[in-house]
Amino acid sequence: MAVKVIIPTPLRAYAGKQESVEVQAKTVAEALTALTGTFGELRRHLFSDDGRLRSFVNVYVNDEDIRYLQKDQTQVREGDTISIVPSIAGGARA
Amino acid sequence: MATKIGVAASSPGDEKPKASLTKEEVMRYSRHLIMPEVGMDGQLKLKQAKVLCIGTGGLGAPLGLYLAAAGVGRIGLVDFDVVDSTNLQRQVLFGTSDVGRPKITAAADRLRNLNPDIQIDTFETHLSSENALDIMKDYDIVVDGTDNFPTRYLVNDACVILGKPNVYGSIFRFEGQITIFGYPDGPCYRCLYPEPPPPGLVPSCAEGGVLGVLPGIVGTIQAAETLKLIIGKGDPLVGRLLLFDALAMKFRELKLRKNPDCPVCGTHPTQTKLIDYAEFCGIRGEEAPVTATNLPEITPRDLKARLDRGDDLYILDVREPHEYQICNLNGHLIPLGELASRVNELDSSREIVAHCRSGKRSADAVQFLQKAGFRKIWNLKGGILAWSDEVDPSVPKY
Repeated sequence: MAVKVIIPTPLRAYAGKQESVEVQAKTVAEALTALTGTFGELRRHLFSDDGRLRSFVNVYVNDEDIRYLQKDQTQVREGDTISIVPSIAGGARA
Repeated sequence: MATKIGVAASSPGDEKPKASLTKEEVMRYSRHLIMPEVGMDGQLKLKQAKVLCIGTGGLGAPLGLYLAAAGVGRIGLVDFDVVDSTNLQRQVLFGTSDVGRPKITAAADRLRNLNPDIQIDTFETHLSSENALDIMKDYDIVVDGTDNFPTRYLVNDACVILGKPNVYGSIFRFEGQITIFGYPDGPCYRCLYPEPPPPGLVPSCAEGGVLGVLPGIVGTIQAAETLKLIIGKGDPLVGRLLLFDALAMKFRELKLRKNPDCPVCGTHPTQTKLIDYAEFCGIRGEEAPVTATNLPEITPRDLKARLDRGDDLYILDVREPHEYQICNLNGHLIPLGELASRVNELDSSREIVAHCRSGKRSADAVQFLQKAGFRKIWNLKGGILAWSDEVDPSVPKY
């Protein structure tokens, strides 16, 4: 299934500056694996060392949070949009 | 003596004095009064509303201006910062003559000039676990216009504890997020993001930059949502995350759900008091030590001494091309995001000094290169900013 993954601004530097990437996948897990396979630098921003999605990064299939679907096993259909939404706070130096 | 015109409809047994508008206020708010969605009832609700605005910067500027313009009767402002020239690219509450003044004073002056009929409360303080509940308790709605994660979690938790809606807005470069947390049966910030990112992993405006108009747009949307909550009209952004991309000029919406297991607002909350948010966000002390304790570093003075001595050092600049144009140390530019794919351009047999603007991105670069097997690599402590301070003041700071 061809799905579009929307890359949030803070992570575009690690995804070849693209705002979205098309991948072939049947589940969210496959889509993210395909994405980080192409863009290795993205991996540490999306996943912690133990391979879990970082807690300040949320993933949506269309407009639904995958935590309330089947998490990374959520199936995706042709034309679905996967959004990566990290928390942002603006402003001050961290 | 001002002539009272409208009188708020009050319920039987209502002990509050009946609010009313003066003739001057009817004139001022006429464009509201002739709209059925607002009308006299709505305007009187605005007059009796109490809104606390946390932050008077990029988001706080349009927020404060539009709430004051709309006639919100009592506006609290919280900010401990001082106006500086880098603020004026987007913080439109202030003018050049305000540089050096406390933001809270400049903000209050501006808002009182716009609308002398409303009450402006100022809190020139750092919002903390010790004062947040006390400051917030007298207000109906809190609007989060802050610029750091610890304060966002503090504001969220305090709003849930006090049962007050939290109109949230945040920005990065040209993207924004807006929603309303803390509504009964609605999600809170922790439902969306249970934990903050460790310091250094998500860039701030100071590192990533921000399009000046962006907080203007997002802050105005926050003001719109606040007014809607007060007058009770329209569909508020409860359970909806509005995402805005200014470059694409697109809005998207994602569903936000209340997490029944949320430690703060869930059915069995485990955290019912405010905590140490600096610790929660992994920050200890004044400066977050982003660099690992064994990261090799070189100070600007030492670098200058070695260069003057004729040492063969390779200067690696990991900033972006537009930053290189502002100022540079004649380094070889490989932006941090491209380092992994261009690492074969570097010669690991040479001594390499990596630098960026303030030393954070270059610290990441050094860590990455160490893992890639580079042994003769140093981070320029404090970046080109420190070089300007300590070695060559003619280098512009940005």
